[in-house]
Amino acid sequence: MMNTADLIEAFAKHRGDAIVISGRGGRHWIRQSDTALDIPLGDPAMGGHAGFGLGLALAQPNKRVVLFDSEGDILMSLGQLPTIAEQAPANFYHFVLDNEVYATTGGQPVPGSKIVDYAGIARSSGYPRAMSFSELDEFTAALPGIFAAPGPVFVSCKVYPEVENTPIGQRVRWRKKSAAQVVADLRGALGAG
Amino acid sequence: MTAANSLSPETVMAQMKANGVTDIVWLPDSETNFLYLLMSSDPDLRLVGVTREGHAMSIAAGLFAGGRKPMILIQNTGMLESGDSIRGWLMGLDVPVVMLVGYRGYTRHGVITDTVAHYTERFLMAFDIPFYLVENDDDADRIAIAFKQAEQTRKPVVVLVGDEFHGFNR
Repeated sequence: MMNTADLIEAFAKHRGDAIVISGRGGRHWIRQSDTALDIPLGDPAMGGHAGFGLGLALAQPNKRVVLFDSEGDILMSLGQLPTIAEQAPANFYHFVLDNEVYATTGGQPVPGSKIVDYAGIARSSGYPRAMSFSELDEFTAALPGIFAAPGPVFVSCKVYPEVENTPIGQRVRWRKKSAAQVVADLRGALGAG
Repeated sequence: MTAANSLSPETVMAQMKANGVTDIVWLPDSETNFLYLLMSSDPDLRLVGVTREGHAMSIAAGLFAGGRKPMILIQNTGMLESGDSIRGWLMGLDVPVVMLVGYRGYTRHGVITDTVAHYTERFLMAFDIPFYLVENDDDADRIAIAFKQAEQTRKPVVVLVGDEFHGFNR
């Protein structure tokens, strides 16, 4: 198991000029970078981050798009994986933070959390590259190779859960902008706004 | 039924092109086969097929965020399934997108042949999503109106394709 903060810090060294959809790693990524190319959307509707990443990667083929998804999101929308594989965006790097629980609702177990092989599902869905990591040193060592070859690539990462039991209304809000403003700022930075 | 009172796929395609659509995010329904043949033969139009209609919403949002102009093509059954994704990914992110929605079960007589038609307009009103009904080629200008309204409001607008005329089939 890895700490998400450590994983995010290791990735940051390889970010380059990529667009980063920070997803379930958002509260950690915002400490690393907070520009118009950093896309903290919160949770618009669970299960959709992979689709958003696909759309953005297709729209911006000359920029790497990195997404930090979760296994709960993946399970909600497994059918997005064949769509991503069929479209095959070479600039899409799909990381999954697998903490085996629904952390934001109190840590209840995700169905199949101990038995599902997410990288195997991605591979069977047509991702040309899919891999799994549970140790930080192995993950860190693999990062240059992950970004050296074209995507779409699926990288499943076992992480410790960061369980939240505080009522939602009392939680610390780390996001500085609305999701709509994040998208508007991105479009402005890309010259599309 | 005659060609004059049907909605031709060429008319729908012409509206897509005239309004600058770059990508179609879609899941086939029974009325759209010939439209599919037209779309897939257009080298300037990217088709992104989904396996569940709700997936189309976040994909369209990502395409828009990256500067493209997507259109969503689904059936009303899938639209009902997609409620939370429409709310979160389209309305929440201010995505100005037109959704062309097959109106399964609709008849102009008011005699509903499928329960999904009973709930379709009620669903759209509950979500406060503007919609236009298109039944034949004479209605096609409503598609352009939908595009304009989406741009002005920065929200999704629905075009319901009346099912009775089976205009996409031949």
